[in-house]
Amino acid sequence: AFFLCAGDQNLFTALYGSLTQQLPREPMEWRRSYGRAPKMIYLEANFVQFKEELLPKEGNKALLTFPFLHVYWTDCCDSEVYKASVKEDMQRWQAALRLHGSVDWLIAVVESDNKKKNKTNLLPRTSIVDKIRSDFCNKQSDRCVSLCDPLKESSRSQESWSSFLTKLRTLLLMSFTRNLGRFEDEMRTLREKRTEPGWSFCDYFMVQEELAFVFEMLQQFEDALVQYDELDALFTQYVLNFGAGDGANWLGSFCQPVRSWNGLLLRRPIDMEKRDLIQRGEASLLDLRSYLFSRQCTLLIFLQRPWEVTARALELLHNCVQELRLLEVSVVSGALDCWVFLSCLEVLHRIEGCCDRSQLEANTSHTVGLWTYATEKLRCLGDLCGLVSENGPNSEDLNKTVDLLAGLGAERPETVNSPQSPYKKLKEALSSVEAFEKHYLELSHAAMEMYKAIGRLRSARLVGKSLAEFYMRKGDPRSAENFLLDSLKSYVSESWSLPLTHTRKQIAECQKQLQKMDEYLQTSALLASDTNLSDDERRHFCQEILTFASQTAEDARVALSMSSFTRLQELRFRPSSALVHVSAALQLELRLCSLMPVPVTLEQISASIHFTQEQPGSTAQKRAAQNPDGTVTFPAASPASASASALELCEILEHSPSDNVLSSAGVACRNMHLLMRQNDSATSLDTPNTALTALTLEDGAQMLRASDVTLLPGNNSIVFTAQKPGVYTLRQLCATLGQVQFILPHLYPVVQYEVYSQEPQLSIQPLTEHLLAGLPQQVKFTILTGHYSVKKGDALQLSNTDSMPVLHSSTCSARILSSSAELLAESALSIQSSEKVTSISLPVTPPYHTLEFLLEVLCHIPSCPARMESERLTNGQISRRSRTRFNSGMTLIDQKVSVDCPWSIYSTLVSLTFHVPFKVKHSLLSAGRRKFIQVCLQNLVFRQQCVFSVWELRWSSVSPVSLHCVFSAAFAPADAPDAALKPYTYDFTLERVSVSADGSDLSRVCVAAFHLSLCDIYCLR
Amino acid sequence: MNCPLYIRSVPTQGELKFHYTVHTSLDVVEEKISGVGKALADQRELYLGLLYPTEDYKVYGYVTNSKVKFVIVVDSSNTSLRDNEIRSMFRKLHNSFTDVMCNPFYNPGDPIQSKAFDSIVSTMMVQAC
Repeated sequence: AFFLCAGDQNLFTALYGSLTQQLPREPMEWRRSYGRAPKMIYLEANFVQFKEELLPKEGNKALLTFPFLHVYWTDCCDSEVYKASVKEDMQRWQAALRLHGSVDWLIAVVESDNKKKNKTNLLPRTSIVDKIRSDFCNKQSDRCVSLCDPLKESSRSQESWSSFLTKLRTLLLMSFTRNLGRFEDEMRTLREKRTEPGWSFCDYFMVQEELAFVFEMLQQFEDALVQYDELDALFTQYVLNFGAGDGANWLGSFCQPVRSWNGLLLRRPIDMEKRDLIQRGEASLLDLRSYLFSRQCTLLIFLQRPWEVTARALELLHNCVQELRLLEVSVVSGALDCWVFLSCLEVLHRIEGCCDRSQLEANTSHTVGLWTYATEKLRCLGDLCGLVSENGPNSEDLNKTVDLLAGLGAERPETVNSPQSPYKKLKEALSSVEAFEKHYLELSHAAMEMYKAIGRLRSARLVGKSLAEFYMRKGDPRSAENFLLDSLKSYVSESWSLPLTHTRKQIAECQKQLQKMDEYLQTSALLASDTNLSDDERRHFCQEILTFASQTAEDARVALSMSSFTRLQELRFRPSSALVHVSAALQLELRLCSLMPVPVTLEQISASIHFTQEQPGSTAQKRAAQNPDGTVTFPAASPASASASALELCEILEHSPSDNVLSSAGVACRNMHLLMRQNDSATSLDTPNTALTALTLEDGAQMLRASDVTLLPGNNSIVFTAQKPGVYTLRQLCATLGQVQFILPHLYPVVQYEVYSQEPQLSIQPLTEHLLAGLPQQVKFTILTGHYSVKKGDALQLSNTDSMPVLHSSTCSARILSSSAELLAESALSIQSSEKVTSISLPVTPPYHTLEFLLEVLCHIPSCPARMESERLTNGQISRRSRTRFNSGMTLIDQKVSVDCPWSIYSTLVSLTFHVPFKVKHSLLSAGRRKFIQVCLQNLVFRQQCVFSVWELRWSSVSPVSLHCVFSAAFAPADAPDAALKPYTYDFTLERVSVSADGSDLSRVCVAAFHLSLCDIYCLR
Repeated sequence: MNCPLYIRSVPTQGELKFHYTVHTSLDVVEEKISGVGKALADQRELYLGLLYPTEDYKVYGYVTNSKVKFVIVVDSSNTSLRDNEIRSMFRKLHNSFTDVMCNPFYNPGDPIQSKAFDSIVSTMMVQAC
């Protein structure tokens, strides 16, 4: 604060040193208006000799030079002298102050013992002070203070100093608060007038900045910053209002065309050049913004908030660009890029200047934005000035460069000696293609490193991508490739399709230039199937493949992934069981969705198949993926379905152990580790470059082939036919297009089919539920021809047996059925019988067909079952052809038929079981001495009917010891009563048994019993 | 996961640029989510604020408790959209997104194809323009 000092100048000069030193030593509490928190401040002051012209005039806005306190110094201790001159001088001084409305004054009376001693007619010390007080300090006795022996080192002197300083501080602060308050009020009033015509932002700016200066001087940087922020906001609002059509005329001066773009200047505490421009109302928008920011920057650095500087800087630069656009200020193209570039680097330099390395590294996230922005801007300049091209700038580009350099002006003196100044960098970068490249690469790499260091990989890759674009423009695809592939990876892994397509297109261009044909074609295939592209673009990439494919170079075979070319959707087997015999048609229908934009004619589509060493029929359970209707659906390899395997969620309830109260409830994911892993290993979208190596066709694999197939865009169906016997697994698909092969290296789910080979089989089956003995019965001969084809002249040879003759009639015919039980033909059979064999000539039948015919046989009922056992064949061996057994009251006859088949050297034995339709029981009945034989014949086939016959036995002579009887019954089936069948006979024998009584009455008791063969008879005595 | 469930930009030309911008902004989103030393009160705050400004656009972020991210990019020159407006836009988006997720036929992770969600987005975009 300023003090204006009047009175004895020599005295003041002697004290000046001590005063300026001691005044700021102790803080004062500063209470402030408007509820602002009180602060402790140290007061510093400048003491200036009083001159009337230094007094502020009405309407003065300068706070910094404002005299806050007027001090009148005197060491007068002689009342005469006082009356004679000093008083008068004081009065003049007071009058001057009053005239200027200044009420902050103090009269300091310095007392010195030395002086007192010399004079004798002295008034006591106090009296002169009292006199002054009564003369001047009307009720304000504190306005006059005395200072004792200030230049002596005594305790009295010190005490006096201390109280003097306290007084001085208090008064100064009072004055300061009052004047500042008044200043602020006036400033607010001025601000309220801002809608009035003639109001000038620049004038107001100067006023509020004065306040900021005062705060800054008081080290109240926060308050000072607030002043600038308010100015900033006010200006911003004006620009926005202007944009909304509500223009203030004073803004016009800020709309002048941008003529200079030398960037921010942050190396001066106050940029007086720019400040003068503002004061004169000649500042451009960039001038104002630059000045404002440089002040904010200074204060923020005082406040040790450098990271706020970088954040604000970025905002400022963006904002300036926007504001110039909004105000439609005319700017040379590239000028703003220069300004932004220089400003970014200037801010970074400033920050680097006030932070150490470790601080900088820890706060990369705050600076990297500026680095990137500078990089982008330099790139724009390079593009504009023809520095990013293979041929270098042309004359037009050079003209532009010259214009841009002109706007930079001369380098500022602050940086002239710094070799790395932003100014020099920009000038150098624009000077040549090589220099530009050096600087651009340096910045790009710096930005990328920083992004990587703080884990912003996507941002790093984006910078890398624009670096790649730079290299491509420079005709250096080799350097570009890795950057492109790197960013592609990130878009692939996160399925960002639009950036993916765009990057892939760039990669295609890069690979084409590098002559990496395999990769280029794979990329082209992906692009040709990419629906994000226009039809024209897709056709172009498809054509690239077709053109390559039609080249004739033999060694240039290229294997590409099929997934980019077509999508395998479904496979359908016909028949649906995927199980056929040899020579039957097993069709595999592939449903492919062609992703190409145009029809593509393939020379061949082949499916390689793998022969599986497995037992036929054992594959059924492995074909879980095959639906019952014979289709296999292949999952679409969409990223969502691949990565989104279902969450396994479970409920988790935790009870506190002490009182079993529910303490927490939640849901947990059990298969988190799986899901997380999927996320990491990101194979969701097709990544052809990694898959290329796996695209090899299995050597020597068996193939199913379809030739000359035209795949139309969209769904297609291709039919393969399988014939070779065996169990096969589908392994790979390969579409051949000239030199290009599209390969699907694995088919999942596993698809299997089986072609089996079958031996011919003969079976003979009864036509009815039971075969009955004694009656002609029809049996069905079924021949499954299998792989055997029945030729003309082939015949079945049946060995004849007496017990079961074959009855053949001329009407016998055979039916030929296909494997799907379709009747194909019917033809008559010729049957010839000799003594030993019956020969049946078979009609010609193709393999895997069924031949059926019926034959009538008659199984004789053995007249006495007991005798069957001893029947002998003609060759003397015991017959095993026919065996009689009993089962649940039925008599069964097993007949074995021996058949010689044309396809085998061995005889086939077929067993037929006949049921004897009757059951006979006989019994001997007695009535007194008369004897009767009762025979019961039971029909087992029809209603279990029984027929009883009774005969009385009479003997004309002596009864025979044994009587052989034969019961015979003629029968006929109900539906053919006239059939001449061999009657059913039943043999039995009656035997006389003599029973000897044990003594008493032999003649009376004579019980005769006949033993019946095969029956149990109990003899009683 | 970070694969886009729904992207819409009006007008559609220059869409690619926004895809790049939004994708890159995920860096900052992740940084903010994993932000160490965040106060407990802040953790409940789903709105992430301005992710970063660019010369032409402002990018704002929002993340649900299940870490689904919303990003809104607005033209820098559009001064009618202050923090509060952006906040309420995010809240509306979140509500509508919750409805989408409640749809039993929606398979989490699939791109959102919901008319209701579409129309919410459309109304917001009309407001913003």
